Amino acid sequence: MKKTPLYESHLKYHAKMVSFHNYLMPIQYDSIINEHLLVRKNAGIFDISHMGKFEISGDDALSFVQQVITNDAASLSEKQALYSPLCNEKGGIIDDIIVYKMNRNTFLFIVNCANTEKDLVWLTEQAKPYRSMKLKNVTDEMSIIALQGPSALQMLKNTLETDFKYLKRFCFDDFFLDDLSMIISRTGYTGEDGVEILVDATYALRLWDLFLKKNEAKGLRPVGLGARNTLRLEACFLLYGNDMDETVTPLETLIDWTVKFDKDSFVGKESLLEQKAGGVKHKIIGFEMLDQGIPRHDYPVMKKGEKIGKVTSGTFNPTTRKGIGLARVTAQHAMAGEEIQIQIRDNYHEARIVKTPFYKRESKK
Amino acid sequence: MNIPDELQYTKTHEWVKKINGNEVSIGITDHAQHQLQDIVYVELPSIGRELKMGAPCAVVESVKAAYDIYAPLSGKVTKINQELRESPQLINEDPYGKGWFLHIEISNPNELADILSPGQYRAASESE
Repeated sequence: MKKTPLYESHLKYHAKMVSFHNYLMPIQYDSIINEHLLVRKNAGIFDISHMGKFEISGDDALSFVQQVITNDAASLSEKQALYSPLCNEKGGIIDDIIVYKMNRNTFLFIVNCANTEKDLVWLTEQAKPYRSMKLKNVTDEMSIIALQGPSALQMLKNTLETDFKYLKRFCFDDFFLDDLSMIISRTGYTGEDGVEILVDATYALRLWDLFLKKNEAKGLRPVGLGARNTLRLEACFLLYGNDMDETVTPLETLIDWTVKFDKDSFVGKESLLEQKAGGVKHKIIGFEMLDQGIPRHDYPVMKKGEKIGKVTSGTFNPTTRKGIGLARVTAQHAMAGEEIQIQIRDNYHEARIVKTPFYKRESKK
Repeated sequence: MNIPDELQYTKTHEWVKKINGNEVSIGITDHAQHQLQDIVYVELPSIGRELKMGAPCAVVESVKAAYDIYAPLSGKVTKINQELRESPQLINEDPYGKGWFLHIEISNPNELADILSPGQYRAASESE
């Protein structure tokens, strides 16, 4: 079982540790509800060092990246990032990742922890035709600390004595605090404003402690993977392995916008074009429970006694105190306002398809 | 660990309290509610249902997942705690009091010999 460099600190904060794809990770420190609300109202700090990280460098780096992702990296400026699926030849989703353009010929992929090994095998295979390119697994060398919430940027400023408001969403910058170098990226998986900080693993604990020390009086607390999941679900960010896998294409999910057919070529393009022309049979939708039931992964979705799909993610939403979920249903039923039933154990519970996301932060000018 | 002396227990973290005659009240232990945390939903059986010792009889859900609660004894459900429907957090706040689940009229008093004393329960949950 692997530990992140922040393991000891999690124990100090009384985290309940669980095994998460070969890592011992904090699921919660206090209560998932409190941690969820803290991030919505103030700010929380997350250890997401378990995420996989690959560095892709060399003259062929951009062409390789363009070939393996469905989104378009050609338009990225240096120090800009984007979200994209990696697809196989059939258009099935191998993983969903963040691509950072570090400089003209260096990219960084942040991938799902559960897929790190699988992605590495796949990418190594795809990299064969590219002579002038290096693919390196830097997972263990780099930690990631996420600072998320409406107060996150203010706390970042308190800590680093620098205002990062100039960073637009999905942009990042290098920063030095004495000898400590880091990358500050205005990204996140909570639906809240905030940053993700990439730092050398040997310095991660120092930075983590510094954030907590400087901002504890302002209410900053560590937040575990339990609330990370409820936050991402409320914001309708998909979770690999739950909402999508290799049997699902991006066109059937909420991320069809990440497929850029204008690009010359990319793995899966032909299959996806075919699917686009024929129309998709299934769609991911968001729904809200009308009674107290709580939907969970794999529960059947019913309509007039017929099964029309399955719940892909479900939870109790701490913000509204209602059950919410994402489900994969037949495309004809994928309409907001549609009444459906979720089968919870032996009973059918009323639910309604709603517009996604469930939560959108107020945009500040 | 809060394990009241006047109750009996199961290895699966339910408690049993004798009320009168063959009627018992059941719920989950302080240790169980602490493990679950944030209880947000409870599904109870209907009154009159026959329960079998060791078989699932109720479901509690935390934010994270759903968990089965097992009948500590066989018998018929005579009463359920309706308050849990609106206020499932009572199980976290007061697991041995307001957080009770249901009453059972037990059908096989011999089963009482198989449930744990406070001392046995403490030993069992500490060795987990």
